[in-house]
Amino acid sequence: MSVIRTTTGRDASLTAAVWSALHQVRDPELDEAVTDLGFVAACRVSDSGEAVVRLRLPTYFCAPNFAFLMVADAFDAVAAVPGVRQAQVVLEDHFASKEINGGIAARAGFVQSFDGQAVAELDELRADFLRKAVMAGTDRVCRPLLAAGATADELAGLTLGEIPATVERERLRSRRAELGLPAGDGDPLLVDPATGSPIEVRALPLHLRRARTTRVGVDANSGVCRGLLQQRYPHLRTEEKVR
Amino acid sequence: MYEKDGEKYFVIDGHTHFWDASPANWVPGQEQYAKGWIECFHAYQSLGPPETHWPIEQFQKYSEEMMMQHLFDEGHVDVAIFQPTYLKQWYKTGFNTTETNAALAQRHPGRFVVNASWDPRAGEDGLKEFEDKVARWGCKGVKLYTAEWRGDSRGWSLKSPESARYLEKCQELGVKNIHVHKGPTIWPLDKDAFDVADIDFAATNFPELNFIVEHVGLPRIEDFCFMATQEPNVYAGLAVVIGALMHARPRFFAKVMGELMFWLGEDKLIFGADYAIWEPRWQVEGFVDWQMPTDAEFADYAQLTTQAKKKILGLNAARLYDIKVPAELDLPVPAGPEGAEPLAAPASASA
Repeated sequence: MSVIRTTTGRDASLTAAVWSALHQVRDPELDEAVTDLGFVAACRVSDSGEAVVRLRLPTYFCAPNFAFLMVADAFDAVAAVPGVRQAQVVLEDHFASKEINGGIAARAGFVQSFDGQAVAELDELRADFLRKAVMAGTDRVCRPLLAAGATADELAGLTLGEIPATVERERLRSRRAELGLPAGDGDPLLVDPATGSPIEVRALPLHLRRARTTRVGVDANSGVCRGLLQQRYPHLRTEEKVR
Repeated sequence: MYEKDGEKYFVIDGHTHFWDASPANWVPGQEQYAKGWIECFHAYQSLGPPETHWPIEQFQKYSEEMMMQHLFDEGHVDVAIFQPTYLKQWYKTGFNTTETNAALAQRHPGRFVVNASWDPRAGEDGLKEFEDKVARWGCKGVKLYTAEWRGDSRGWSLKSPESARYLEKCQELGVKNIHVHKGPTIWPLDKDAFDVADIDFAATNFPELNFIVEHVGLPRIEDFCFMATQEPNVYAGLAVVIGALMHARPRFFAKVMGELMFWLGEDKLIFGADYAIWEPRWQVEGFVDWQMPTDAEFADYAQLTTQAKKKILGLNAARLYDIKVPAELDLPVPAGPEGAEPLAAPASASA
């Protein structure tokens, strides 16, 4: 992947730290790191600690609210890296680049950046998509258990700590924690992403169906987005990941 | 009509366009949006097979002859449904209007269905204009684009009282097929513009109308499925699903088809090639050849029968639009009470 990652001199580790901070920033819709998606077009840190990050998206018309969240999150992540004295994060090639970049630079919220077009900040939007991430993550975690012979009834009785420690389990745990849902080892494996209540056995087949469909939806979107990004920036190379 | 392995398919392309996005049609001062829009469409084309990709100049504006060739001479399409997208804020004469569509359709009788469009922000004048279009071209459907820009507004919702007035008018005029296409903007901008809740709301309030959700609500397939399974009058428009996934992401395509079949079933899916984003030929041929993979990952999903493919490729849309299907291309009449339900039977007749 040809992303420009340069440092002009003495502190290559600072650039690496900024990059790993960006790795924590996710596309809220796709629930994947902007670094993995190829959304970071450039990341430069100068000797004096000035970080400049340029972001790009699959289309000129990607939804402006999600774009704003990514740019704002990237700014916060980069600015918080020890040693970064000044952070600049800009979105390129987007119909709302001006509003978004201006808003981020001025540390204005979404409502102020899109004067007259928005009535609220984006916390509820983010929470909605975290709930989807919990559902998709539920499928990722439960599918291998079911394939290994677990019954739906058995899943209903399990806690997070009782299933194998995998990357997917930790990802699910972290999304639940972000939403304020129970996320400890002793908490149920299956919870309602809106309320945090355990899923009862009789509601379980539908819950798992919905989890599967949510994951299919997110994965299909991710596939389309990767394909469009590759077409838009042909020097990028992405491969289909079937999880 | 497409024939393969002794089976004949009546093909209705439920989603086609005749657009002009050439620079000469860009509104001064809005060039970046007009250019951005068509380039975005063009990028989607790249998700189809390489031999079907067009240069951008051809994609911006194509001829009537080329369209007729791609749809009817090569594409196996029997009837195509025009879905207008006005975008007059960016394109001087509009991007793909009912007027342009109808002029072409009149030169090729029997080949096209011409749909109208409306925008609830156009008020009383818009309502009158809509009524005139229906009277002039005998429209039985509309295509709505909720992300359309109008002045400072960046979109609208089907939940608004203004939308309800237009839907009442549709009901009154017998314009029963409401195609809805969601886009990235809406008012207010902090809400998810792709949310299908407003379609759910409208479908519940207008049970006599059919709501065909284009590109199956993508990127909200899951919300669309959960909603559509509860609403008898909601259908899935497969434009983009086949075009963007069948070639580029075949395994995701299989899963999306599996989900749609599970939540909606074969009577609710409507084929659309989304020309000129994609040509119908490879989509029709590929879809007829396509089968659900058999490996364990897909074990949840049912295989797609020939009957299901016939319904999806044309018979379902024929039912919605009262298009006469030649007897040899229709499904056989069920043999008895154990047979399949007759395709067009009203619910009361099968009780």
